[in-house]
Amino acid sequence: MNLDAKIPEGPLSEKWSSYKRNVKLVAPNNKRKYEIIIVGSGLAGASAAASLGELGYHVKCFCYQDSARRAHSIAAQGGINAAKNYQNDGDSVWRLFYDTIKGGDFRAREANVHRLAEVSTNIIDQCAAQGVPFAREYGGTLANRSFGGAQVSRTFYARGQTGQQLLLGAYQALSRQIGLGSVKMYERTEMLDVVLVDGKAKGIVVRNMVTGEISTHVANAVVLCTGGYGNCWYLSTNAIGCNVTAAWRAHKRGALFANPCYAQIHPTCIPVSGDYQSKLTLMSESLRNDGRVWVPKKAEDAKKDPRDIAEEDRDYYLERKYPSYGNLAPRDISSRSAQEVCDEGRGVGKTGLGVYLDFGDAINRLGRHTIEERYGNLFDMYKEITGELAYEKPMRIFPAIHYTMGGLWVDYELMTTVPGLYAAGEANFSDHGANRLGASALMQGLADGYFVLPYTIGRFLAEEGAARPSGDEDEFKEAAQSVRDYNQKILNIKGKQTVRDIHRRLGQIMWNKCGMSRNKSGLKEAVQEIPQLREEFWSDVHVPGTGEELNQQLEKAGRVADFLELGELICRDALDREESCGGHFRSEHQTEEGEALRHDDQFAYVSAWEYGNGRGPKLHKEDLKYEEVKMVTRSYK
Amino acid sequence: MNIKLKIWRQKNRDTEGQFETYEVKNIHSDMSFLEMLDVANEQLIHEGVEPINFDHDCREGICGACSLVINGEPHGPEKKVTTCQTYMRSFEEGETIVVEPFRSHAFPVLRDVMVDRSSFERVIRSGGFISVATGAAPDANAIPISKEIADESMDAAACIGCGACVASCKNSSAMLFVSAKAAHLNLMPQGKAEKSRRVLNMVDTMDSEGFGNCSNTYACEAACPKGISVNFINQLNRDYALAALTNKL
Repeated sequence: MNLDAKIPEGPLSEKWSSYKRNVKLVAPNNKRKYEIIIVGSGLAGASAAASLGELGYHVKCFCYQDSARRAHSIAAQGGINAAKNYQNDGDSVWRLFYDTIKGGDFRAREANVHRLAEVSTNIIDQCAAQGVPFAREYGGTLANRSFGGAQVSRTFYARGQTGQQLLLGAYQALSRQIGLGSVKMYERTEMLDVVLVDGKAKGIVVRNMVTGEISTHVANAVVLCTGGYGNCWYLSTNAIGCNVTAAWRAHKRGALFANPCYAQIHPTCIPVSGDYQSKLTLMSESLRNDGRVWVPKKAEDAKKDPRDIAEEDRDYYLERKYPSYGNLAPRDISSRSAQEVCDEGRGVGKTGLGVYLDFGDAINRLGRHTIEERYGNLFDMYKEITGELAYEKPMRIFPAIHYTMGGLWVDYELMTTVPGLYAAGEANFSDHGANRLGASALMQGLADGYFVLPYTIGRFLAEEGAARPSGDEDEFKEAAQSVRDYNQKILNIKGKQTVRDIHRRLGQIMWNKCGMSRNKSGLKEAVQEIPQLREEFWSDVHVPGTGEELNQQLEKAGRVADFLELGELICRDALDREESCGGHFRSEHQTEEGEALRHDDQFAYVSAWEYGNGRGPKLHKEDLKYEEVKMVTRSYK
Repeated sequence: MNIKLKIWRQKNRDTEGQFETYEVKNIHSDMSFLEMLDVANEQLIHEGVEPINFDHDCREGICGACSLVINGEPHGPEKKVTTCQTYMRSFEEGETIVVEPFRSHAFPVLRDVMVDRSSFERVIRSGGFISVATGAAPDANAIPISKEIADESMDAAACIGCGACVASCKNSSAMLFVSAKAAHLNLMPQGKAEKSRRVLNMVDTMDSEGFGNCSNTYACEAACPKGISVNFINQLNRDYALAALTNKL
């Protein structure tokens, strides 16, 4: 298979403008002859559907939620980056590009990241014009703050609800198009397969989640904006419904899956409290500005009330190991250090999987009032969840799976290896490398939807022409029938275990063997254990009800079945990558000080996996060429 | 802890529903209300009873998917939280907890405690946006907006569209939702150009969807998980009156 990234010729800073200059267009009066399917309605999906609808294409947009506005982009808190240089602090497109490439540990594609930095400025203009209530200075100009991994203030925000407000902006633009009739919205509808005709994506199979009806939809192109797959680990910061099904079924139809082992782990989540727990809640990283992270020096103190542990018996391990960054060490490093002290038996809380984030010193220094002003809402949220008051007793935090950098392989045009099938936002792999910097996920979702896809899809459509299948072809019937059969097969098992039981066990394997730190022997065990668990699923799961009705257990079962396949691929990818980088830490590959050790000479590639169909997945490699930046080691000492 | 769950079961939109009571065991006070339902469902599946279908997604209080009227109150007994942020420590050992769907003519029941809130979508589609085209926006700082206005707009924009305001209202009025959406946009200079059309269209759609009228009881504000103020209703009434006087639909 030839992995052609289709990167335009010319200097990096001119690639996107030259692409736009030369790209073939569809004439305005011809656009209405085309149908485009968008799956997902988060930042990428809603912005793509709105923009393409506005251009004059017929768009069908699908989401599993009851409203497009409930997509999980809504939960992003911190902000969105843009190289506006409003602060005159030296920001530029090049600097945003460089920070993103470096933050991704030199495992992202240069040309895509540069384009992202370029269009970042348009995103802010677009969102402000839509009425997104960004934070403002008293003089009326936009306010900025700084975020991890950057030395400039380029993050725009709307209180702690930036994702919500950006999504509402995109949702409103989408709603306008729905009202105008250019976009037809299908809520509570789940994509379960992609239909290929002559090797090209020409439609999808969906299940109406209220009636259970399986139907097919035809289009000239299909765009997947279906988010990340963090729920493969069972517990994550993702919404409960986040899943890999659309992307995975596309993978089974020929789209390569890239860098699946790159999963970002966020260090400041509220720890697990028991087996029943359904998800993890992220606490803002800003807390680490004033909170000091510690655990007891002696394992026997771990169960004590933290207030009874003397100062000299506390180990402020981040300050000890990383004196220059201290408690503000980057996400991957802070997360790993927390796991290490818990592995030593010094973890706190009921489960022993937690570390303290202590505001005692800050309260003594600044007064409780100041801390309340800075973090009051977060302290309230912590109290709601744990029942504890962090002003009086240190908070407990622990890392959790947050954002997945891997996804469907796409070229510069965001097209997968299946012609006519696109992937945007978290569902693709291209912009974040092995690690994602804060405030850059929102940027990518909107960049893809508002400013990239409208050009790149146009080229494909212009070259392909408006003809499309009727939907009565065998390919459509076969795909719909295979979805019905697949669901019925799940319903027929009638075993003893619940879907949740099996999902939880998959999560334990994934977290223990392919979590913050991985090694060869653990990963080898995982690739044995996951297929066994998959066997158990297909012989012993119990899904009540039928397919012809609203059936949440059936929905969940289909998603978990896909996670059981993806999980194995994640571990195989992690096994292949004999180096440490970003969200992937192989314990065999670390420096003497315990830091991540990359092997650029052997692993500066994107791993793109072809579905094996029983024969095991096949690895293809896209070599990453850095023409304008030099690969350097990230150091935080 | 062990509790009794008296919960609404309904097969689909067209059948009648009724309450069923289940004894749910091994509930931990640290569980969220939805985690309790997860545990109850595991138990029901093992007992051969069809599990309870309920709406939920982010489980961190922002997506607005979760609903439920718990012991007579939308989202349960705690103030300013969604159902996913309601914790079992708010209930007593052995307590019978009554759980119903959001009740409103405009929110038909789909199954069990899940309702169809797409009437809200249609309200937004009739005017809850600013008509701006992608690609031609001026520089973001070309439209200065005072901090006070941006903050007030954000207060309104914080609405998560869950529908608790409707469920708590004796008239099933959607005024708090509609007014928050209108205020978010009407307050900003970008949204002013379409202000009159927006309020006339959105209010018209709200009425035709079957939501009732506002009679200033303010149960909506009390039930709102985001603390949206009824002051926005006053703004909407003012904007609507002005628009009705000066505009024709």
